[in-house]
Amino acid sequence: MAFWAIPPILWQFAFFVVPLGFLVAMTFWSVRSFRLTPDMTLANWMFILKAGFFRSAYIYTFKLALLTALIASLSAFPAAYTLAFRLQPRTRRFLIFMLVVPFFTSYPVRIYSTQIFFSPEGIINAMIAPLGLGPVSVLDTPTGTVVGYLVLTLPLVLLLQTFALMNTPRDLIEAAHNLGCGRFRTILTVIVPTARVGLVLAATFAFVLSFGDYVAPLYLGGSNPPTLSILIADQVKSGNNWPRASVVAVTMILTLIVVMTAMLALAYGGRKKGRG
Amino acid sequence: MTDFDGKFTDFRALLHPFNRRRFLQGAGTAAGAAAIGISTTSAPAHADDKVLNLLSWPGHGDPAFVKPFEDKYGCKVVAKEYVGGEPMLALMNQSPPGSFDVVLADAEYIHMLQESNFIDKLDPSDYPLKDYWPEFQHFPLHWVGNDLYSVMIRFGYLGIAYRTDMVSDSDVQSYKALWDDKLKGKVGFFDWYLPTMGCLSLYNGNKSPYDIPSDAFDKLKDTLFSLHPQASGFYSMADQFSMLTNGTAAVIPGIGDWVVLLLQKSGVPISATVPREGGIQWTESMSIVSSSTKKDLAKAFIQYASSPEGQARSAILPAYWASIPNKKGWDVLNKEHPDDAKALRLTYDARNVMDEYKDGKIAIRQTPIQQSIEDWNDAWSEFKSM
Repeated sequence: MAFWAIPPILWQFAFFVVPLGFLVAMTFWSVRSFRLTPDMTLANWMFILKAGFFRSAYIYTFKLALLTALIASLSAFPAAYTLAFRLQPRTRRFLIFMLVVPFFTSYPVRIYSTQIFFSPEGIINAMIAPLGLGPVSVLDTPTGTVVGYLVLTLPLVLLLQTFALMNTPRDLIEAAHNLGCGRFRTILTVIVPTARVGLVLAATFAFVLSFGDYVAPLYLGGSNPPTLSILIADQVKSGNNWPRASVVAVTMILTLIVVMTAMLALAYGGRKKGRG
Repeated sequence: MTDFDGKFTDFRALLHPFNRRRFLQGAGTAAGAAAIGISTTSAPAHADDKVLNLLSWPGHGDPAFVKPFEDKYGCKVVAKEYVGGEPMLALMNQSPPGSFDVVLADAEYIHMLQESNFIDKLDPSDYPLKDYWPEFQHFPLHWVGNDLYSVMIRFGYLGIAYRTDMVSDSDVQSYKALWDDKLKGKVGFFDWYLPTMGCLSLYNGNKSPYDIPSDAFDKLKDTLFSLHPQASGFYSMADQFSMLTNGTAAVIPGIGDWVVLLLQKSGVPISATVPREGGIQWTESMSIVSSSTKKDLAKAFIQYASSPEGQARSAILPAYWASIPNKKGWDVLNKEHPDDAKALRLTYDARNVMDEYKDGKIAIRQTPIQQSIEDWNDAWSEFKSM
């Protein structure tokens, strides 16, 4: 069996570890008249870490990704609960299938169609106008960016939460009910702790995907203000500054490593104690 | 009828908004993109004798423009597209020799291309420069001393583009309108530092908007930054068309007829003006790439693009329209597409684009002279993230 583990490891090495090493090395390169030159300079790191626009973009991106993870997790939970516990297996299978359907279409295309929904004279405003509401302006705002992030992450979070809840042992829930525990208390004290790993994983995915997304902040957020991924593109576009773009990318990767570590600790931490 | 039923999706298709390179730059794939970005710039077809490789702004490889040339020479024009002069310089610097035969660039980058030995000296007698308007027969940025390096194909003016149902013509007679309270959150920007900062430099009273000392540059930054509360967003080339169409942006400074004319044709209430402080001229010109192995074909292509027929077709390029410098091209356009000639103001019986040029309100777009491109770019990055 060990042999069959080799190809994916080789694949990851060739297409993730090697480019990653290249990316880190490039943070020390310089650009001379639009041409990349191998070098050993700290100038790119100094420039980016000192730049006001980097700090603003970093805080903004982090906040929006966190907000998306929270909104996606909280809003998906009632639906995931219903899917996992309240529906007939056949209905549940159908709805899970429907949650996969959005992934049939490429994400940029879905974002473009969302742009049409939210344009000033678009579908949403046309629908709410007869009710005396609106018009709402969503495009080119942080709200637009978050809407895009949710288009990307919500179906995934809902799926992951549903699978996590489906794996909660039914007898634990029944035991809680038999002992007189109410529905909400059962959710909070039995279901959520038992499904914790899956729920935390779902939120983490939402954060990771939003933090690195380029499409939603560009086409729904109007780059106003730019996120870190847009900053990467800007650095390349504005002077072929791949080294500076690499610095931004490496800080993003480091951030995600820290976030993942924290979330894994949250997911698995204290389990032995809890079970014991 | 609503504004989203197909009109602007057409433009997106034409302008290739889903630029793979830009999507690859998303952080999730940053590592891969870094590697890909410096390895995919070679055009696989460049060795083929029957292929002319063109490096250009979007839309110049459109059959509506290149088909007669392809038919005559039995070849195929393959265009690699860029947006903005800096990405063009990057592609020229990083692509293997022979990747491109012809480069279409803005005049302000021609000297940089020449200094790096990327483009060939041209023989002026090979091209119909004598048919050009006198102002463009010896366009300074295309010449180094007495040597010609690039042939002008198109030009246009940049001022303010505005939705006529949201802003009146009298409102936008000065760039001051951009700070108007009623335009808060409605001022869009083309995401490229050069045109917008040039227009704002004119607003600040700099007669040579790109040749300014450090105190004027500091003042320009203050002017730019003070506009941020008005900003709706920072748009790609294609997104400008859709955001003006759907009304998310009511005005965009630093652009002009090249965006407006096509939208007008689709019924969008929109116009463009050069405010009283002045406007910026953009130009596109073609040069033969020094490392090309098909220089005869490259020369023939530039001859076609500067010929009356090529000029008339280029003026109404489906991606974006432009003025043309060849008077015989004006004649063809007036004969074959009189309405389009009128919309472009390329007619002889009314006030035309050359009259505006003669008014002295138009400054030629250049890269910064007393500061570096990087300084201006960094100011733009700061502006975006405020």
